Amino acid sequence: MEIIMALAIGVLTGSGVWLLLRPRTFQLVIGLALLSYAVNLFILAMGRLRVGAPPILTKGAAVDPAAYTDPLPQALVLTAIVISFATTALMLVVLLASRGLTNTDHVDGEEDQP
Amino acid sequence: MDPQHILLLIMTLPFLGSFAAAFIPTRARTQATMLAGLIALFCAGAIGGLYPLIANGQVLVSTTPWLPSLDLNLTFRLSGVSWLFSMLVLLMGALVILYARYYMSPEDPVPRFFAFLMAFMGSMLGVILSGNLVQIVFFWELTSLFSFLLIGYWHHNQSARDGARMSLIVTGAGGICLLLGFLLLGHIAGGYSLDRVLASGEAIRSSPLYLPTLLLILIGAFTKSAQFPFHFWLPHAMAAPTPVSAYLHSATMVKAGVFILILLWPVLSGTDAWYFTVAPIGLATLLIGAWVAIFQQDLKGLLAYSTISHLGLIVLLLGLGSPLAAVAAIFHTVNHATFKASLFMAAGIIDHETGTRDIRKLGGLYRFMPITATLAMVAAAAMAGVPLLNGFLSKEMFLAEVLEKHSGTILDQMLPWLATLASAFAVLYSVRFIHQVFFAPPPEPLPHEPHEAPPWMRLPIEILVLACLVIGIFPAITIGPFLATAVQDMLGPRTPDYSLAIWHGFNRPLLLSLLALVGGVSLYALFGKRLNAVKTSPVVGRLKARRTFEAVIEHIVDGAGQLHKWAGTARLQPQLRALVVIALAASVLPFWLFGYSVGSKPLTPLDPVFAIFWAIGGASAIAAAWLAKFHRLAALILVGVAGLVTCLSFVWLSAPDLAVTQLVVEIVTTVLLLLGLRWLPKRRPDIWPEKHMPVRVAARRGADLVIAIIAGLCMSLAAYAVMSRPLTDSIGSFFTQNAYSKGGGTNIVNVILVDFRAFDTLGEITVLAIVAITVFSLLRRFRPAADSIKTPEQQRVQNEFDRAHASRDVGDTLADYLMIPRTVIEWMFPVVVTFAIYLLLRGHDLPGGGFAAGIVMSIAIILQYMASGTRHVEDRLMIMPLRWIGFGLLAATLTGAAAWLFGYPLLTTYFRYIELPVIGTMPVASALLFDIGVFSVVVGATILVLIALAHQSIRTPRAARATETQAGGEAG
Repeated sequence: MEIIMALAIGVLTGSGVWLLLRPRTFQLVIGLALLSYAVNLFILAMGRLRVGAPPILTKGAAVDPAAYTDPLPQALVLTAIVISFATTALMLVVLLASRGLTNTDHVDGEEDQP
Repeated sequence: MDPQHILLLIMTLPFLGSFAAAFIPTRARTQATMLAGLIALFCAGAIGGLYPLIANGQVLVSTTPWLPSLDLNLTFRLSGVSWLFSMLVLLMGALVILYARYYMSPEDPVPRFFAFLMAFMGSMLGVILSGNLVQIVFFWELTSLFSFLLIGYWHHNQSARDGARMSLIVTGAGGICLLLGFLLLGHIAGGYSLDRVLASGEAIRSSPLYLPTLLLILIGAFTKSAQFPFHFWLPHAMAAPTPVSAYLHSATMVKAGVFILILLWPVLSGTDAWYFTVAPIGLATLLIGAWVAIFQQDLKGLLAYSTISHLGLIVLLLGLGSPLAAVAAIFHTVNHATFKASLFMAAGIIDHETGTRDIRKLGGLYRFMPITATLAMVAAAAMAGVPLLNGFLSKEMFLAEVLEKHSGTILDQMLPWLATLASAFAVLYSVRFIHQVFFAPPPEPLPHEPHEAPPWMRLPIEILVLACLVIGIFPAITIGPFLATAVQDMLGPRTPDYSLAIWHGFNRPLLLSLLALVGGVSLYALFGKRLNAVKTSPVVGRLKARRTFEAVIEHIVDGAGQLHKWAGTARLQPQLRALVVIALAASVLPFWLFGYSVGSKPLTPLDPVFAIFWAIGGASAIAAAWLAKFHRLAALILVGVAGLVTCLSFVWLSAPDLAVTQLVVEIVTTVLLLLGLRWLPKRRPDIWPEKHMPVRVAARRGADLVIAIIAGLCMSLAAYAVMSRPLTDSIGSFFTQNAYSKGGGTNIVNVILVDFRAFDTLGEITVLAIVAITVFSLLRRFRPAADSIKTPEQQRVQNEFDRAHASRDVGDTLADYLMIPRTVIEWMFPVVVTFAIYLLLRGHDLPGGGFAAGIVMSIAIILQYMASGTRHVEDRLMIMPLRWIGFGLLAATLTGAAAWLFGYPLLTTYFRYIELPVIGTMPVASALLFDIGVFSVVVGATILVLIALAHQSIRTPRAARATETQAGGEAG
């Protein structure tokens, strides 16, 4: 599982970074989305992989922290998901505004002059 | 009221007054004067009332803890020295305020002036009363700032702006040095509180960091107190209104540097380094200031250079390092403030009455304004050091001190002569001032007939001149006790015996004094006539400090421009690349230094299904990267696939909350991006001029590919290195243990978000709200690019169809289009809303919560928009996203703040379980209210973004029409 997870994070990061370096704004948005998946999985992985131990307690029972996965990375990721949603929305709008203003969807606001 | 509170009150009142004055109508100068004057007098009275405590040797300290662990607290400290200085600031402030009432023209925005002046007064008090080094620097910078604002008060005036800028740059740069010096000082002393620093003098002087600390602090003090070679800003600051010159640039702010030197004198002085830096600088300033003052033709310029010279005298005294010299320094600080401020005020009256400050054009004013002239003469005599006036007393102490042996070097032998020379210069410029302005016949008629100033305007000068006389004649019973208290506070057991008498017998200091008086008067008699013809001061005039300063500033600006041209770029693509490469290098560096190794934790058994999932997910991520340029829709779908696989991984890896949230966020993001696709330009495949890809492009892509692969590889390796090591004890177990017992919820992640770390969540929803409002305001002015304005092809076909059939109106097909899904979705609306509420309510115990619920709620609304179209939905549904956002933020904040009512810290939650009929046991926690706030902000923000995007298509036809009409108009 760990190997698959590490590979998944790597592939998502690689694709995301590649897109981040592209000149078109839409590529950038897609790249950010991929990168945020990678980062979220990475943060989750920092709490190690646990299968079948969700952080939901049973009422009244004695609490043994070892029986549950680490809830902290999850709380962080939950925040990260919402924030990356917000950045994607903002990015999208900046993209549209820049396109309306400059007539191009190049990130620099002007086409590359060959 | 106990003394500590009085201190706090004194510190806050001037700032409150400044704030209030800003709201006084522009023309109401009397009201503003009353406000400012009463505050100054009240504070002076309050400080004065504390004198009995201070006289007992008590040090009042008021501490409000802020970061006690770093020894950073809001501390105010009143001791003998700071009592004397704060009285000086407040009483002088009251007099200047009264004077300014009559000086300022009714056309000036006077309340603004008083607002600045009071804020300055508060800042100056802050410097004097702060009991913490960092805090002193804070107020120190504030005084620079308000000095800047006050010098630039007549901002329509070029020289005022230049002078303000110059003083800000010089004193601001000095402030940075002072901060660095204080940080070092605090580092050596082991804390920033003044008491601790004052107690560790020995350790500081013997520290290897002593010299840099000393030099940095001295640069700070010397820039503020206009010591050579930083003195040049002070004459340019004379572009300020005269009350400002009298208050800031002679009596108080320029004394801040001196004050710091006095404050730290017990700690820093007594070393060779101190003596050989402070004393020569003070001496140089004393001489240069006095010399240049002789050749000034501007009345205020003369006084400014004289101020520089006197500040040099005080610094020299402090530099000598003997306790008696320190006494003389404090005494002269007070004396200089009284006579110099009154001279500035007199100069202001002369300027006011005659319309000029040029000494060459003035003359014979005694006839027109005998009272002002007499007052100015007495003050100038004090400046020159004439017996029976206060300036004489401190000058005698000064001369007595320079005659003493201090270091046994050549400086010792030269000091008496140089000091006498400087005193003679002082006599010379004082005599010139008096004779030229009041007695010499004017070379040509004055600009207009001068009169005596109004009595109220003269009153401050009268009071100050009276003080000069009274202190000069009865020093022991007037200033004596206060001076003694300050000296006792400063020197402690080293307090020397000194006597404040006018007559000490016919001794050497008196001889030097007389020599200076006779010398100065005879020099004026010999050369006085020629001084009017002088353009610049001989010898020193060549230094051109100002031009050097301008040149340095110009070079810095030029250099910054060059650097920007060389290293900067306005293009985002290279910037982003640099950012990624730097981040990559930073993350690779630790591996490079410490090596890479894999841990020993046994791996979790591999599930082939998980592997297959990620085979699909990884492939779609790569495919999305490949297709994002030319096949946007395909790329979007592929990203969705990768997102879904991520979501499944969350389910798999025991993170149900994340899975729920990820899933719903995925839906909304996809919809928003779909809405955005419409406005992007058509992409045609690259067609290169030479039929094949240029080398430049290929190289760039190749490099990017390498960067991307390395980045991915590094992330993989790092993630694997961490995952293969066992989890050390994390604070997560605290949350697990206490989620139910202390937070009342079984869903630990939710309890963390709304209870343990609720403050973070509050910050996060605020960010969300800000993003939504930014999106809203950005798109309000958005106009799509010309090639995207056309109606989409499908709608065109539909409308053609409608036009072709007589029985149909245009838009009918569009309205009927998607009839069945629309009906279904409309019926689904309540279901989805109920589901959202369900997620919200169960969030504390089971996966769900405000975020997920909020997004589900917005999906319900988005679905309506998708199926029925913007106009249709908005005709039927009133959605006010801004209110949702506002309500949510308020609900979350108020829930958090409610804890205060019960005496708990912000965002403490309360919970209990209640029995409800039918529904059963339900947890009721104040965290739920908080979560409702989160929910509401998320709904509002998402809908706001959606509406902003959706409205583009409604607005476009209007924009298109506008273009058409315009085109038509041009054609016609």
